[in-house]
Amino acid sequence: MAEITVAARTAETVAARLGRRYAAERRFRILGLASILISAGFLVLLLGTVVAKGWTGFLQTQIAVEVSFDAEVIDPDGTRAPDVLDAADYPALVRNGLAARLVPDGDRSARRDLSALVSTMGAEQMRRMVAADPKVIGTRTTLWLTASDKLDMVYKGQAPREVGAAGNVLNDRQLGWLAQLEQAGQIRKAFNLQFFTGGDSRAPEQAGIWGAVVGSFFSLAVTLLISFPLGVATAVYLEEFAAKNRWTDLIEVNINNLAAVPSVVFGLLGLAVFLNVFHLPRSSPVAGGLVLALICLPTIIIAGRAALKAVPPSIRQAAAGLGASPLQIVAHHVLPLAMPGMLTGTILGMARALGETAPLLMIGMVAFIVDIPKSPLDPSAVLPVQIYLWAGSSERAFVEKTSAAIMVLLLFLVAMNMAAIWLRNKFERRW
Amino acid sequence: MQTVTLAAILLLISTLAFQLGRKRAFAVASDHPGTLHSLPGYYGWWVALWCGLPAFAILALWLVFEPSLIRALVIADLPEALRALPAERIDVIINEVRNAALGHATANPDFAAAAEHYNRLQQTGFASAVAVTVALALAGATFAYRRVHAELRARPRVERTITVFLVASSTVAIFTTVGIVLSLLFEALRFFHMVDFVDFLFGLNWSPQMSTRSDQVGSSGAFGMVPLLTGTMLISAISMVVALPLGLFSAIYMSEYAQPRVRAIAKPALEILAGIPTVVFGFFAVVTVAPAIRAVGGALGLNVAAESALAAGFVMGITLIPLISSLSDDVITAVPQSLREGAFGLGATRSETIVQVVLPAALPGIVGGVLLAVSRAIGETMIVVMAAGLSAKLTANPLEAVTTVTVQIVTLLVGDTEFDSPKTLAAFALGLMLFGITLGLNVIALHIVQKYREKYD
Repeated sequence: MAEITVAARTAETVAARLGRRYAAERRFRILGLASILISAGFLVLLLGTVVAKGWTGFLQTQIAVEVSFDAEVIDPDGTRAPDVLDAADYPALVRNGLAARLVPDGDRSARRDLSALVSTMGAEQMRRMVAADPKVIGTRTTLWLTASDKLDMVYKGQAPREVGAAGNVLNDRQLGWLAQLEQAGQIRKAFNLQFFTGGDSRAPEQAGIWGAVVGSFFSLAVTLLISFPLGVATAVYLEEFAAKNRWTDLIEVNINNLAAVPSVVFGLLGLAVFLNVFHLPRSSPVAGGLVLALICLPTIIIAGRAALKAVPPSIRQAAAGLGASPLQIVAHHVLPLAMPGMLTGTILGMARALGETAPLLMIGMVAFIVDIPKSPLDPSAVLPVQIYLWAGSSERAFVEKTSAAIMVLLLFLVAMNMAAIWLRNKFERRW
Repeated sequence: MQTVTLAAILLLISTLAFQLGRKRAFAVASDHPGTLHSLPGYYGWWVALWCGLPAFAILALWLVFEPSLIRALVIADLPEALRALPAERIDVIINEVRNAALGHATANPDFAAAAEHYNRLQQTGFASAVAVTVALALAGATFAYRRVHAELRARPRVERTITVFLVASSTVAIFTTVGIVLSLLFEALRFFHMVDFVDFLFGLNWSPQMSTRSDQVGSSGAFGMVPLLTGTMLISAISMVVALPLGLFSAIYMSEYAQPRVRAIAKPALEILAGIPTVVFGFFAVVTVAPAIRAVGGALGLNVAAESALAAGFVMGITLIPLISSLSDDVITAVPQSLREGAFGLGATRSETIVQVVLPAALPGIVGGVLLAVSRAIGETMIVVMAAGLSAKLTANPLEAVTTVTVQIVTLLVGDTEFDSPKTLAAFALGLMLFGITLGLNVIALHIVQKYREKYD
């Protein structure tokens, strides 16, 4: 009898403990799943924030203004000399056009408020039209002029529109004009071409990323030109030729350590060596590309070695059996087979270099540069630095530009990673 | 652009030399290539190398030394009064001259003259570079072309050159390390001439704002790096609090529990997280996380700084999740299946097996991975530059603004840099410390992984 009760009691406690243990198991499992979901949630939140804040950056508010190319203002003497046409008071023409529609008998302050609605790009647009064809002088035409950043923000709903609201960027009168324009259908949102073709600007509505894109392109070209041959050569040497000795050990330890050195330290190296010793031009893609090349060299070497390791020894033995020299074995057989893997690693290294910011700040690539760089020696910005600069700007309208620029940068990164994956899948070989 | 054209011309000449050399090989073998020592192509390569290598070497030297040379010559030609100015004023003048040389107007006649001199020097320099390199290329090609004969051991010679190139490439990594150490050490030593080493290492005060003129009051800034170190530690610690549990549990779930389908989604998601540039995370911290933390803190009645350490550390933690999870995933998968099966056989549940068997076996690898993540957190720059503050406060309160070593490096060096003020040189001293700390952490991490690794086979 007693034995049975003991056994029953044991079974009872075991059952009770088993319940607890299973509960603990479930908790543990949920914890794991939750971590993954939280991490993925951060990714979604990050991308969502960027897209939500940035997609409007691809649109730009424009106002229809009937402007007259007034001969009295542009060229009172009728000389049609280019410098006269160039120096004419086009902002006044834009102002007049706006005033004629909205406040025909406005005072000075009204006119000032009015001209705060449009970007100075409108005057520039008129200047270019006159320069292209002086015959437009004396005619009247309706132009869609780029709105100022403040009107843009209000029209897109990023700043309050109610009269008297806190944080208004336009005054009551300007808000009234906005309503008038809207009723007349003279305001619209159009594709923001300026954002893709322009350089940097202090005025948010004129700021574009093209200068930074070109700068990034030049930098990456320099990086690729330097780091790819060096990286492949190093990988080939270490993997195929080097004897196992202290010297190669030293090189290997060095490469592994370099891969873990903070990138800002590479920036210090660039500043001390490339700028101060070799006097490379400050904030130029050449200097930036050199620093980035040193940063992604370890990545390329490590990927290259892995790719070389994956080529089976039988290939080398077969080539050697046919009388190929060691270099011929590598150049004719091993390297071509390892090339897809090396290229994959290189593209990933380039993607990392494209997003690298801190070392470029060190070599002065934070300068405010309006012009589109024409050669790798010109001062220029790069995409991530442009994002950093805009993110630090006090103008609220730059938040949208920053997010839009981030979207462009991420798009480039996605494209590069897709290329790497495609390359890997297409040429991956199982031996 | 001119240089690119010159390089293209040299390349073209080398290609021609290759063709000529190859033809020559056939000619000397009187159309019986079998009598040649090497394949005909190698003779082409040999001639091309003789043609191209010296020319390109000279071109490279020219490119490296041209700016310094022209600069020295222009300075030597400046009027006495200008030459006597201190070094950084001369830098400004040279910049002005360079701008003037590019066609921007300058008011100063001295500068205009110097600019003309500058342009003249550049033209002469480039013309001589063209003459020298092209002459060298032609001479080299002719020399080699004439020496092509059937017994010439062309292949070994070409291969030796290539091997030299391979070896030279592999030393670049060493030169980079040496360059980093030397440049940091050199500038840091100059810094320690001005500021006491002990003060720097143990000083509790950091305020590098020096007045621009030495005779101004309060011209000596304070360079004590302790507040920077504590700030760095605080933010790194916060980031690890976020990243360690999330990364580790993600890794455990993915390697022990997840169906292949879940893995196929979760792993790329983490990789995307790892591939996003840190400047994007910095922006995210500034526009989303920091205001959110402030709002929550405000609702709880806490006073949260606009650039709180918590916001920066939290976002940095997010960036470290993929690193920790992928490193832990690797070591957890490397634990042999037999250990798990042994535990299952004794009646352990999955979680008991993981906690009591798998994790202890994987611990050294996980610790190594965590140390690497800490080293990454200490060296991380953009997130803290954008989201952390500038004031060096000695505090452990995560709601206050602190500054870090990397933030100070960037702040000290962005903008005008004068290489004789302690303010600029301090950045290099900080860089040296940063390099030392991260290197130390990496070495320790590798050591732990290697020493305490369980060997199962």
